[in-house]
Amino acid sequence: MITYPFEYKRASSVAEAVSMLAEGGKALSGGHSLIPSMKLRLNMPDALVDVGRIPELKGISMDGDELVIGAGSTHADIADSQLVKEKLSLFAEGAAHIGDPAVRSRGTIGGSLAHADPSADWPALVLAANATIVVTGPNGERSIPSTDFFTGLFSTALNDDELITKIRVPVSAGSKSTYQKFAQPASRYALVGCAIVKQADGQVSVAFSGVSDAPFRDTDVEKNLNSGQEAGPVGKGQSIMSDNFASEKYRVHLASVYLQRALEAVA
Amino acid sequence: MQVEINVNGKARKAEVEDRTLLVYFLRDTLQLTGTHVGCDTSSCGACTVHLDGVAVKSCTLLAAQADGCSVTTIEGMAKDGEMHPLQEGFRECHGLQCGYCTPGMIMTAADLLKRTPKPSETEIRFALEGNICRCTGYHNIVKAIQWAAENTAAPMLADSHLWTNDVVVEKVVETE
Amino acid sequence: MSNRYIGESIKRREDKRFITGKGRYTDDIVLPGMLHAHFVRSPYAHARVVGIDLEEAKAMPGVIAIYTGDDVAAINGVPCGWQVNFRNGETMREPKHPMLIPTGSTAKHVGDAVAVVIAETKDSAIDAAELVMVEWEELPAVAAPADAILPDAPKVHEQFPDNKAFDWTFGNPIEEVDAAMEKAAHITELEFINQRVVPNAMEPRAYIGSYDETSDKYTLYTSTQNPHLIRLLMCAFVLGIPEHKVRVVGPDVGGGFGSKIYHYTEEALVTWASKQIGQPVKWTSDRSEAFLTDAHGRDHATKAEMGFDADGNIVGLRIKTVANMGAYLSTFAPAVPTYLHGTLLQGLYTTPKINIDMTCVFTHTVAVDAYRGAGRPEATYLLERLMDLAALEMGRDPAELRFQNFIPPFDGVEQPGYQTQVALQYDSGNYEAVLKRGLEMLGYENFRAEQAEAAKTNKILGVGFSTYVEACGIAPSAVVGALGARAGLFESAQVRVQPTGKVSVFTGSHSHGQGHETTFVQVVADKLGIPMDDVDLVHGDSDTIAFGMGTYGSRSLAVGGSAIVKSIDKILEKGAKIAAHKLECAEGDLEYAEGKWTVKGTDKSIGFGDVALTAYVPHVYPAGLEPGLDFSSFYDPANFTYPFGCHIAVVEVDKETGKVTLKRMIAVDDVGNVINPMIVDGQIHGGLAQGIGQALFEGTIYDENGQLTNGSYMDYCMPRADDLPMFETDRQVTPCPHNPLGVKGAGEAGAIGSTPAVVNAVIDALWSAGHKPKDILMPLTSERVWEAMN
Ligand SMILES: Cc1cc2nc3c(=O)[nH]c(=O)nc-3n(C[C@H](O)[C@H](O)[C@H](O)COP(=O)(O)OP(=O)(O)OC[C@H]3O[C@@H](n4cnc5c(N)ncnc54)[C@H](O)[C@@H]3O)c2cc1C
Ligand code: FES
Ligand code: FES
Repeated sequence: MITYPFEYKRASSVAEAVSMLAEGGKALSGGHSLIPSMKLRLNMPDALVDVGRIPELKGISMDGDELVIGAGSTHADIADSQLVKEKLSLFAEGAAHIGDPAVRSRGTIGGSLAHADPSADWPALVLAANATIVVTGPNGERSIPSTDFFTGLFSTALNDDELITKIRVPVSAGSKSTYQKFAQPASRYALVGCAIVKQADGQVSVAFSGVSDAPFRDTDVEKNLNSGQEAGPVGKGQSIMSDNFASEKYRVHLASVYLQRALEAVA
Repeated sequence: MQVEINVNGKARKAEVEDRTLLVYFLRDTLQLTGTHVGCDTSSCGACTVHLDGVAVKSCTLLAAQADGCSVTTIEGMAKDGEMHPLQEGFRECHGLQCGYCTPGMIMTAADLLKRTPKPSETEIRFALEGNICRCTGYHNIVKAIQWAAENTAAPMLADSHLWTNDVVVEKVVETE
Repeated sequence: MSNRYIGESIKRREDKRFITGKGRYTDDIVLPGMLHAHFVRSPYAHARVVGIDLEEAKAMPGVIAIYTGDDVAAINGVPCGWQVNFRNGETMREPKHPMLIPTGSTAKHVGDAVAVVIAETKDSAIDAAELVMVEWEELPAVAAPADAILPDAPKVHEQFPDNKAFDWTFGNPIEEVDAAMEKAAHITELEFINQRVVPNAMEPRAYIGSYDETSDKYTLYTSTQNPHLIRLLMCAFVLGIPEHKVRVVGPDVGGGFGSKIYHYTEEALVTWASKQIGQPVKWTSDRSEAFLTDAHGRDHATKAEMGFDADGNIVGLRIKTVANMGAYLSTFAPAVPTYLHGTLLQGLYTTPKINIDMTCVFTHTVAVDAYRGAGRPEATYLLERLMDLAALEMGRDPAELRFQNFIPPFDGVEQPGYQTQVALQYDSGNYEAVLKRGLEMLGYENFRAEQAEAAKTNKILGVGFSTYVEACGIAPSAVVGALGARAGLFESAQVRVQPTGKVSVFTGSHSHGQGHETTFVQVVADKLGIPMDDVDLVHGDSDTIAFGMGTYGSRSLAVGGSAIVKSIDKILEKGAKIAAHKLECAEGDLEYAEGKWTVKGTDKSIGFGDVALTAYVPHVYPAGLEPGLDFSSFYDPANFTYPFGCHIAVVEVDKETGKVTLKRMIAVDDVGNVINPMIVDGQIHGGLAQGIGQALFEGTIYDENGQLTNGSYMDYCMPRADDLPMFETDRQVTPCPHNPLGVKGAGEAGAIGSTPAVVNAVIDALWSAGHKPKDILMPLTSERVWEAMN
């Protein structure tokens, strides 16, 4: 297994990475989505800009009421972070269920969000947590609400020459959260992943991965629950996926079972 | 491009293609063939090595990404002829049959024991999620890891320098 | 003789190299000037090669040669090693697998090779292979065996419009079985698919061909289970080169499970190409290629009926199966659904009338051949599913129903072997005992109470039983010959005592994880009464080992080990002559123990080492006796061996999602005498995991175009550490009466018994909660189990 030839460039700062990306190519973070797809020759960028050693992309800290996670933080960094466990256990819990230990040690939150695999875990987590994705491009920085970020199957609001630099997540006292995942048995990606954040006042936000061809906030379910009713059907209006492991019908069923389990967990 | 990687305590310098994967750098350039390839999809863990002390899949990493880092392979796990407790454990508990998955299993388990010196059976099985063995049914692999954990003091498992050659002991420069 | 080693869990001698990274698998070998091959393969299940344009590929840097089917047309295709004719006498249809598909011909499965690029590096071979432009004409394809026999099914081989390779019937005449079934008070009927699974040895196949012009000799390094068999097939049937000009070496082999028994086209091609180019040529399979080109296992579509009288005694068994052979007949393929399957349908029961009707068909898929268990898992699955289902249907206890129908104990010595209705004569068996022990380990009484409690919740419980008997140590030659084998199934061994009394043992068996370097040496050291350190095992090289039939069918110790014992007997016989001469006594006055010959009733003795030295420095020596102490033997067993056992699974089923969790896996196996319990347990564990894998996780999925849609570990679900519990194993020993070690074979047992136990457990769980499915398609994915409840 070998990728097509490409040029490897290593960036040492966000600014350098952005200027390198302006010449074409793709960012290389943990490489745990990009390299497998390049080995299978499903993906053939001319150049890779390694952003894995940029200090600005690392680090997890609080900024006011927001938890700020560097895009280059690995799943393991987040799962093991004391700060995340205290302030936003949802992210620690979710990160701990991504892939296997070696994947968690290399794969990054920024890479996962940019890749936007419909079965990845981070998308549901950032959606439910109302996170904001901060990106830098040739024209400077902009912030994209997670609800605007995922635009379809493997596609996002990110431009080719932009780099995700951090994820800002509002943290509020008294909230409860959970991530319930039914793993695809072979790949261990989410066949259904349901993330819920319940505020102190009882209002919930509900997001799903693995169910539809793009991760989504289930606004119908949220409306029902937030007005004191039963959740109702999951994934209304979504284009539900169907594959060897779950038909459309079963996926929707699983999603409602996992929604119920998530609701019990935050009850 | 040229990379310099400290492999099992030796600084190795070599000219590689930009696209060279770490596993092929180890196997083909350095002829360290203890690191195996069992899949194309980063799923099996046969290629697991330590990068700066952390278990990674060397088939999913460019040699270029490891430039300037330390890599420990299975060949570096026995120091001065004394085997790592996990190597002993695998032999003691018949944790291997064909041996193909074994180097990856040992490297993954070493990372686990460093973080969790006394893991439960469930923790061990969870940690092995990314390593496939077709021969053993995992039963004796779990036991081998438990054996190593029981027979080694935690601080010793945590300090990889005690067991591996990942300190630079001599400077060997190779250029291809 | 001594009793130091046999029966002890001696730690494996081969481990040191594997745990230090010094194992040497084929892909680890680098020869001077070695080139790399990469194959261009068909992306279609069925397509005609209209034309191939090599120009661009040839211009790529590093490319040395590119061959297409037209270049290798003179090479014979890969043959089949077993012949099973149609029941009407028509000869088995045996289209050969061409080395590469020539222009104008059709590729018959995805992955069928059309060209091979040979280049200086693997990377340049891959890059260039992508520029080989093949013009394809896509044709309709058929992948499922049951579809292949439909009247308008696409044809795999033009000349065989019904897609049949052969058909076969076995057992009692069908009229007798029909008559028995007519009188049955209850008939349990089950239609099911024993799905196709992929062996998935973790080391992908790898070959290096190397030709030496000066000696006109070829060397093939190959990840194989049987080097000599590969040499024979490749020399005599494919390349047509003299056998003495070919050396086949099997270095360390990273698992096989059947898939590395067979001779594959790539093996012959790298060997041939190394002569054309004058440099060694290596090919190593990718995992993706392995999914498409390694021989697969199982793939039966079956209708089975078992009849019972009013008391629950089995009165008849009637089977109709369509088995998938794939596009070509692989080396042992015809034997698997027939003589390794039909002959096992007696199971452990006294069933008086049995008939099987088998149709073996071609499809546009890669060949199917023996996979761990080979035919016996399919037979066991069929019988044991029927037994548990019959118990549920008749309201009987599944364990009781088995006790009632078991063949009573027989040791094969005092009591004769058991003659089945399907040709075989079992050597020895004690079936009740293993089930009793299994029930004890389970705590059956308590379990049913627990199950009743659980049935009221969302996490229901089920228990599944499986008691099996299988046939191992595949042999004897005369019998297999009569059944269509084109090879003998004996084994060879040479025991060479060096002048200093150290011993080299050469065996034709070839370990690919089974630990022969330890077990075989335990046997030799004990038989000779010398330390294990004085004995080494040599295997896997056709130049150093006289001959070998290899390692599969759990035959290595039973057949290969017995050959070693025969040689040791000869060593001791000759040694006694030398000892008697030295000690100036009659041979009959000597006894051999603990490594020395002693004159009975005296303290006069001579050690093994002294006798060995005398044999090579024959100054004071018996007149007329040849010098040297080195004997070869061939052992052809009298019968198969028949291990048996009881596997019990306990599962929990999540009623809301259908997810199955295997809570307990109990295995009580009787594999005859045990040389190394640690290794035997390991074999059982591995087999269990594969059997459980088939029940719950594994299985190919082909789409309507014959494309494998789950040909990677992201989609083909391999059992992982967190899918399995600790196994609960126990053993019973009923020695094999007809081989010198009393061993039966342990390599496949785990995979044979476990699959139906797990599926039965899920069915049992569902019945406990009021759902009454007869069958759920394997693998039992959450969705399928959920469907069965909704
Ligand atoms: C065996 C295996 C199992 C896995 N299991 C799971 C699982 O269970 N759940 C799950 O969610 N994921 C899983 N993954 C995927 C894993 O989490 C990846 O690490 C993640 O999807 C991508 O992160 P990365 O840092 O590796 O990104 P890369 O592979 O480096 O990049 C992915 C994409 O993002 C782009 N990119 C990377 N960083 C940035 C950035 N800062 N700004 C803009 N674009 C960027 C790249 O150009 C590329 O297009 C698995 C992967 C493997 C190999
Ligand atoms: S070879 Fe690296 S994970 Fe399989
Ligand atoms: S020991 Fe063979 S794959 Fe694990």
